[in-house]
Amino acid sequence: MTPEPARTSDSAAASGTARPLAPGRALDVDALIDDPRTRIVVCCGSGGVGKTTTAAAIGLRAAERGRKVVVLTIDPARRLAQSMGIDRLDNVPRRVKDVEGEGDGELHAMMLDMKRTFDEIVEAHADKERAAAILANPFYQSLSAGFAGTQEYMAMEKLGQLRSRDEWDLIVVDTPPSRSALDFLDAPKRLGSFLDGKLIRLLMAPAKVGGRAGMKFLNVGMSMMTGALGKLLGGPLLRDVQTFVAAMDTMFGGFRTRADATYRLLQAPGTAFLVVASPERDALREAAYFVERLAADDMPLAGLVLNRVHGSGAAHLSAERALAAAENLEESRIVDQGDGKVGDRNSPDNLLSPETSQPSEASQPSETSVPSEAPHETTTSDVAETTDTTDTSVEQLTAGLLRLHAERMRLLAREQRTRDRFTALHPEVAVAEVAALPGDVHDLAGLRAIGDRLAG
Amino acid sequence: MSRLQVVSGKGGTGKTTVAAALALALATEGKRTLLVEVEGRQGIAQLFETETLPYEERKIAVAPGGGEVYALAIDPELALLDYLQMFYKLGGAGRALKKLGAIDFATTIAPGLRDVLLTGKACEAVRRKDKSGRYAYDCVVMDAPPTGRITRFLNVNDEVAGLAKIGPIHNQAQAVMRVLKSPETAVHLVTLLEEMPVQETADGIAELRSARLPVGRVIVNMVRPALLDEAELELGLERTPRTAIARSLSAAGLGGARRGGSAERLVDPLLEQAAEYAERFALERGQRDVLREFGRPLHELPLLAGGMDLAGLYELATALRKQGIA
Ligand SMILES: Nc1ncnc2c1ncn2[C@@H]1O[C@H](COP(=O)(O)OP(=O)(O)OP(=O)(O)O)[C@@H](O)[C@H]1O
Ligand SMILES: Nc1ncnc2c1ncn2[C@@H]1O[C@H](COP(=O)(O)OP(=O)(O)OP(=O)(O)O)[C@@H](O)[C@H]1O
Ligand SMILES: [Mg+2]
Ligand SMILES: [Mg+2]
Repeated sequence: MTPEPARTSDSAAASGTARPLAPGRALDVDALIDDPRTRIVVCCGSGGVGKTTTAAAIGLRAAERGRKVVVLTIDPARRLAQSMGIDRLDNVPRRVKDVEGEGDGELHAMMLDMKRTFDEIVEAHADKERAAAILANPFYQSLSAGFAGTQEYMAMEKLGQLRSRDEWDLIVVDTPPSRSALDFLDAPKRLGSFLDGKLIRLLMAPAKVGGRAGMKFLNVGMSMMTGALGKLLGGPLLRDVQTFVAAMDTMFGGFRTRADATYRLLQAPGTAFLVVASPERDALREAAYFVERLAADDMPLAGLVLNRVHGSGAAHLSAERALAAAENLEESRIVDQGDGKVGDRNSPDNLLSPETSQPSEASQPSETSVPSEAPHETTTSDVAETTDTTDTSVEQLTAGLLRLHAERMRLLAREQRTRDRFTALHPEVAVAEVAALPGDVHDLAGLRAIGDRLAG
Repeated sequence: MSRLQVVSGKGGTGKTTVAAALALALATEGKRTLLVEVEGRQGIAQLFETETLPYEERKIAVAPGGGEVYALAIDPELALLDYLQMFYKLGGAGRALKKLGAIDFATTIAPGLRDVLLTGKACEAVRRKDKSGRYAYDCVVMDAPPTGRITRFLNVNDEVAGLAKIGPIHNQAQAVMRVLKSPETAVHLVTLLEEMPVQETADGIAELRSARLPVGRVIVNMVRPALLDEAELELGLERTPRTAIARSLSAAGLGGARRGGSAERLVDPLLEQAAEYAERFALERGQRDVLREFGRPLHELPLLAGGMDLAGLYELATALRKQGIA
């Protein structure tokens, strides 16, 4: 009998997915969300890594542990939004049903509507007449839907609003898939520098001085500039822009003050940033950049959430050994059969690259569509029946299981390497690992599962 | 064959990678290709392992067939000054505008204007001809904004033509829209076999169609190889007794098959991994079925297990060519 390989740890065996943490510190998510001093959690990271999922899972977990939580999500997956009851875009938090836990925690959630948020600012800060003029201005209409960084401004604006309502003791904020790492941190500054700029004053000048875009009051230099602008934009558009800027004038100051206030709120001790990343080279490189930018901006980082990590309940069986064993089984099978026919469906080549009936084969010239899998389905039962009688099917299955395991172990090793590289660069950052679930996360049960893994 | 190939898709699905592979594939067919980047992220330079790209068309690769790939990272600010120079002879005034912050305004605060410049520059490259009247580039491939913004991005000139009803901007905007709405353009969408990107692809196709922008192909990226087929999965997960697997593992030299033996203890984790695999597999097949229903040509690119590098990029380009894309 071969000696028993040592188990890595009990918890690894029990969960089947966890694995020992490398040197870096472990992030204690429960301590973070249970601490009443934690008032804001911001989930940031590059695109598609699981920011929205993490934000929702943290919100749900905190609520089920007794806190009154609101989660601000941005573009959640449709089914996730539906399951939380926030698929209607009305820009206000909705109470999420079916939250469990014995405390009197509550979960509220909303999906950010940036145009609505922009409109609300206008309505709240300009008198009625002026607000109507702004909302009807064609320039505003095209601007409000797609401002560069509008999502970022509006997310920050909404965060400020939620915080000032003081109805929740924890606000969890999702962030937009930013073009560059910290657009949402830069947004308030960019707005500020624009408002400090001379352009805005120039644009406002004619409308202010001469009422309806009276160019004649401008001095020569200025009129040359507006002339250039007019030539570039066309007269009517320039007038739209000018009326817009003039109408927005009174609001701009307030806008900027609030953006600054929100920025300071983010730096406050009650705020905790979580950088979310997947264990891939690029995502972790971005994560390292986030960590550095947060530090440079004095933003309090709680830790890194390493999402969609793979594990194995049989991590002690190496890829090499699993492959050797699989080959062993296949060889013995060929000997058993006595003919060792090539092109057998179980030959290593066929196992590694999909069969012809697998539509994933990259080499097919599928101009119109991928071929259907019908032929595959017809053979399924044959195979099952004929192989029931012999041991070959079991061996072939076992070999398959071993190959699958070898692949998993290789993935594990790759993920571990990327992770180690990050830890070497930023040993100070606490890390929480979240195992990849086999399916998508689109309901409260899924969020709960993510929450459990987050908490370790 | 469309001369402007726009590559969009959900964030992180591989737009930049696929656009680069597509450019290489086209060049391998002998076509002089320009690969254009509009998001200012220097993704192309990273992928081709070259230094930061300036705002200048630069040769970055020569394909096996002799075709060349040029790259251009469009800088909205420089593109604006370019335009002022080219169309309005506003050199000096351009500098003055810059001092005033007008350029900042146009390129960062008002994305509409920014997008006008980006699409305008790309279309200029598509239409450009040399002295002998031949097109400067056979093909232009654009690494475009993600699905959520692509329709607005490509359609911005329509909006502009509506806002600026007269003047040079109006004319320019219409000229750009003529290219974008013609069969000269194809908008490809990159997706993964996952629910969200597939959903986003569906939404993207619908939006592009309603804006009458030409939808091209759907490219499924990072497709994992099938390691177990369905027959095996079914057998393994339902029919085969655990003891038989334990015996088989033991026969393969992995320890004792009896209860508590090391081969026996492998059975549960291995079956659990197979169950996870089966779930993914079923999910992916479902998503593939959804993609088929879009009625667009469907292509698949394999997941490169070792991560991306230049060699991997050439591998993807070859796969695209084999599938008749280039
Ligand atoms: N641990 C996990 N296991 C399995 N699937 C996951 C996990 N985390 C996230 N997902 C899935 O990955 C997809 C992307 O997740 P999510 O929407 O949270 O990412 P995101 O960072 O918010 O993306 P975006 O940048 O586009 O906003 C979703 O389909 C989600 O269900
Ligand atoms: N076929 C593939 N196999 C393995 N890795 C891939 C593949 N395609 C892309 N990648 C990797 O996936 C990541 C995302 O790819 P890429 O940057 O091309 O996506 P993108 O859609 O352009 O992202 P973004 O939305 O951030 O611009 C990169 O790390 C890239 O190297
Ligand atoms: Mg999200
Ligand atoms: Mg990209």
